[in-house]
Amino acid sequence: MRLFAFLKDVVDCLVIKMGNEMKKKNNDRLLSGSISVENAVSVTGLKKSFKNVAVLKDIDFNIQKGTVVALLGPNGAGKTTTVHILSTLLLPDSGIIKINNFDVVKEVDKVRSVIGLTGQYAALDEYLTGRENLQMIGRLYRLSYKDIDRRTDELLELFDLVHASNRAVKTYSGGMRRRLDLAVSLIASPPILFLDEPTTGLDPQSRLIMWDIIKQLVSRGTTILLTTQDMDEADHLAHKIIVMNGGKIIAEGTSEELKLRVGSERLEITVINDIDFERATKIIREDNLRTDKTSRKISFATKGGVRQLKQVLSQLDEANIEVENISFHSPTLDDVFLTLTGHLTNAEGENNKVGLS
Amino acid sequence: MSRHYINSDIKTESRSRIFWLFSDSWVLAKRSIRHITRNLDQLFSVALFPIMFFLLFRYVFGGAIDTGSISYVNFLVAGIFVQMLAFGANYTTMNLAIDLQRGIINRFKSLPISRSALLIGHVGADLVRNMITGLIVIGVSFLVGFQPAAGFIDWVLIFVLAALFSLAISWISAIMGLIVKSIEAAQWTGFIVIFPLTFVSSAFVPTETMPFALRLFAENQPLTHVIEAIRSWLVGTPVGDSGWLAFAWCIGIIIITVPIATWLFKRQTL
Repeated sequence: MRLFAFLKDVVDCLVIKMGNEMKKKNNDRLLSGSISVENAVSVTGLKKSFKNVAVLKDIDFNIQKGTVVALLGPNGAGKTTTVHILSTLLLPDSGIIKINNFDVVKEVDKVRSVIGLTGQYAALDEYLTGRENLQMIGRLYRLSYKDIDRRTDELLELFDLVHASNRAVKTYSGGMRRRLDLAVSLIASPPILFLDEPTTGLDPQSRLIMWDIIKQLVSRGTTILLTTQDMDEADHLAHKIIVMNGGKIIAEGTSEELKLRVGSERLEITVINDIDFERATKIIREDNLRTDKTSRKISFATKGGVRQLKQVLSQLDEANIEVENISFHSPTLDDVFLTLTGHLTNAEGENNKVGLS
Repeated sequence: MSRHYINSDIKTESRSRIFWLFSDSWVLAKRSIRHITRNLDQLFSVALFPIMFFLLFRYVFGGAIDTGSISYVNFLVAGIFVQMLAFGANYTTMNLAIDLQRGIINRFKSLPISRSALLIGHVGADLVRNMITGLIVIGVSFLVGFQPAAGFIDWVLIFVLAALFSLAISWISAIMGLIVKSIEAAQWTGFIVIFPLTFVSSAFVPTETMPFALRLFAENQPLTHVIEAIRSWLVGTPVGDSGWLAFAWCIGIIIITVPIATWLFKRQTL
């Protein structure tokens, strides 16, 4: 018996040792990996509370140089707080955040000289003209007067603001403000750009112009972190999407990877009356089923296959349930959230609004 | 050369910290001074208020106030002038509170600028605005019968003291602007502090007829010294202790308030 116990100890010991060896090897591999891939932004263990309300709960992510990462989430998810901490407007409670390898707490001025920030609300001086806004911020970025003039002309032309350059900003439209705001952020050509909901409140045309500008910036090597509530926007612009909810990262990946989890499209069936609705919800057994009693809508994830549609319809037909309307739609932020959390975004947003600007 | 959103030819200048403190302050003061000319309402309201007071005291109350050997209009000018400087400084509170509420503060905070530059910019612009309205008030005073006896040196002393006083009050106002949470609050905080200071002083009436406690306060508070000094230089009466006391108060206030305001600003904006 004692020999057996001894042998067991030896085996246990070996197993633990081997485990450690393997862990170490894995760590080494990860470490060498993180050195070969240059990160413009790296966030480790970021936490932030406002008045005892935890707004960010242990956030980790990296952004590779020259890529776009979108923080996707509802109001109150912690997106803006994250951007504010990364752009040195707020101090983190804990965590290590590096921008171009500069620490956001210890090397504030170095961080500030490599970033540009465009917030949710245009950060412009209303009484100054477009040109004066650009010149003022240019000088505060410590550019020479010669460079400021050159760059101001360049940006006014690129952002199609030459005609309004000598008018006070208070006379500008929303789209013009947003463009000028981004132009101001670009005056010193920062390698890293933070865009906090860059298209919220813009008309569809201005939104497309904004997307185009962002794509061009990336093609020239700018690293961008943008926040959005719009799945479509993240899909169009971002190499990687980080889904946030309630101060946590709940999913991370390319838009394809996320869509696979949600189902690339949804099929929505509206039935004719409440009794049929109740019966239909019992009959349809598909992935990610969602029902809405008031509008009598039943929707589920689909790969867009005709066979699946046929099958569901024949099931309903056999049960004598009359269908009022059938439609396909691409996954929305709500779908992503429902799949990932089982909650609707609005309800979550309300719970986490406290303490956020 | 192709124009693009990103231009890597752009380089930042490297100079000393002190150079950038002055440069940043100047850039931001220029911004606030532009606000004065773009927002003439504010300039008018700063100038209009003391002019109304001037006319009110000169023609309505003035006849009933005994100022001894000097005429009431000559007595009044210094009081109105200093009151105007004090109320004008309230715009530091307002403009700073407005900046802190608006999105532009996030822009300034994300820039690699000297931390106190925004404060210095506001206070500096206030000084310019106060000097403009000061000239308007002096101009109006001649229209209503003011006859100064001041020589060149007196005018220089008046100008220097007025500037120092304006700076001192502006820095106090800056602290209030950093403490208040809303633009509405910024509008009345100035009045809470400045109203009693200007009226419980020798601005509009001689202090002799006030009740003892009030008189004790009125005769020893900084505004009275500033008013008495400027009045003496304007009408040619002996200045006494008020001269050096006025300078000492102003310089003392500036020495104390600048670090407090800077500390508060840094604490609020990181």
